[in-house]
Amino acid sequence: MSADINKLEQIASQVRRDIVRMVHACQSGHPGGSLGCTDYFVALYFYAMKHDPSFNMDGVGEDLFFLSNGHISPVFYSTLAHAGYFPASELSTFRKMDSRLQGHPTTHEGLPGIRIASGSLGQGLSVAIGAAQAKKLNKDSSLVYVLMGDGELQEGQVWEAAMYAPHNKMDNIIAAIDYNGAQIDGSTEDVLSLGNLRAKWEAFGWDVLDVEQGNDMTSVIRGLDEAKSRSGKGKPVMILLHTKMGNGVDFMMGSHKWHGIAPNDEQLASALAQNAETLGDY
Amino acid sequence: MKKYTYTESKDTRSGFGAGLLEAGRQNDNVVALCADLIGSLKMNDFIKEFPERFFQIGIAEANMMGIAAGLTIGGKIPFTGTFANFSTGRVYDQIRQSIAYSDKNVKICASHAGLTLGEDGATHQILEDIGLMKMLPGMTVINPCDFNQTKAATLALVNHEGPAYLRFGRPVVPNFTPADQTFEIGKAVMLNEGTDVTIIATGHLVWEAIQAGEELETLGINAEIINIHTIKPLDEEAVLNSVTKTGCVVTAEEHNRLGGLGDSIAQLLATKRPTPQEFVAVNDSFGESGKPAQLMEKYGLNAASIVAAARKVITRK
Repeated sequence: MSADINKLEQIASQVRRDIVRMVHACQSGHPGGSLGCTDYFVALYFYAMKHDPSFNMDGVGEDLFFLSNGHISPVFYSTLAHAGYFPASELSTFRKMDSRLQGHPTTHEGLPGIRIASGSLGQGLSVAIGAAQAKKLNKDSSLVYVLMGDGELQEGQVWEAAMYAPHNKMDNIIAAIDYNGAQIDGSTEDVLSLGNLRAKWEAFGWDVLDVEQGNDMTSVIRGLDEAKSRSGKGKPVMILLHTKMGNGVDFMMGSHKWHGIAPNDEQLASALAQNAETLGDY
Repeated sequence: MKKYTYTESKDTRSGFGAGLLEAGRQNDNVVALCADLIGSLKMNDFIKEFPERFFQIGIAEANMMGIAAGLTIGGKIPFTGTFANFSTGRVYDQIRQSIAYSDKNVKICASHAGLTLGEDGATHQILEDIGLMKMLPGMTVINPCDFNQTKAATLALVNHEGPAYLRFGRPVVPNFTPADQTFEIGKAVMLNEGTDVTIIATGHLVWEAIQAGEELETLGINAEIINIHTIKPLDEEAVLNSVTKTGCVVTAEEHNRLGGLGDSIAQLLATKRPTPQEFVAVNDSFGESGKPAQLMEKYGLNAASIVAAARKVITRK
């Protein structure tokens, strides 16, 4: 499948606008990681994945996506809305009372597109493995994608799952790590060093590839193509997605400070000036 | 007093193993997971017959709960198996977020609950698991009393949509309930109708309650005995009807008195029908190593303790 890079970049621009507007409107949420992963989400839902926005929980015959680092819910919600899972107008309810768009994603309110609650870190890879096991039992050859944060790798459960997937030849999983080197309290290097991530995942038995430019749509597409070509060959696939926290908004970029705070009115205006309205604001 | 007899004593965990095998035969979507305790959980027969539907997770219970949650996406009905301690406290947040809050149809099956695990001691003798699990919204909590009832409960869970916790144990206990029983989740079982005191027991304490009823009869006390195998949802009607008749109640369980069956009954009665109650349960302590019967005596979880509690609560009417 050939990708229309220009179109994907236009969608990404709108998703970035949605993210800062959603977080600004409720003065809470996590813009940094959301902006950093925007290109990846858009590439997944508008290029790589075979999926059906009419949404069936079991997703038989569809590729599935699980978000393990649930705090980047704004990018997930905006992407799902533009992919047709629910009306974009609902983005205005983010983090407000009686909303299906909870602070962290949940199935509890029945929001189409969400298959597991996440937010308490470290659990998504295990869930993805289970869903991938079900696909194998069902003779369903579609793929299971999962995204984790890099700071999240400090959770022990991740490494239980890391050990399980290669042992059981879970080659229908394409995992990715948002490798931005930042977490709430500072750089991952300062808080708790991740060491050589490629060597660690390879040592556990994963097929690892780097996407060095995780905020360049062409690179992301190429990386996803490569990851898919490596699936089905006996090993789970891991993408080390090198991103910049806050990508696309100059004053947020590359700083852990924008992990979980909201822009003020002036900052919002500046952020929106840097990202064109392409699909219409909600 | 109605007479209860049995021809053999068996462990409740073997009831689970037998139920799991039958469940696998009845429904192709039933799958099983275990964290390196296949023999202890009696899962061998299921694995032998359905090797492709069994997942050996290794000693990684958090991962097991997550994988179980994921397996439901695609229509599987996962039954996880490990000791009660590692099925609950160790993985509470995984159960809370990935299973309970996510409304996943996972059956958490837990053996070696309570003091009767015996010699391994307090590290493994969880006495808080019922409380932990009943606090989770939407979680069904079941603690059957013997082999036949555990088998029936396991089968009932196949057709029950939603997360559930099934608690059973290691020792052999009298297998007195019918082999052909229908297990109704949330429905209390009346074992003996009486007028002087209600004894509500769960799990291994149900047989002790029957023995206590026989002893009380010799003292001229007519006990009503109810087996509450489902702690959540609680059969409120059965409890209220009984205490309306008897005017006092003893609850009996192999669990901490904080958070267990007794707590649930007390909360119900405090709001609907205040009634004198005595608790036969572990008094907010950890267990220790020893023979199961020795431990049950030391911690006051046997027929004699139920008799004493019944005599005491009658005086409080």
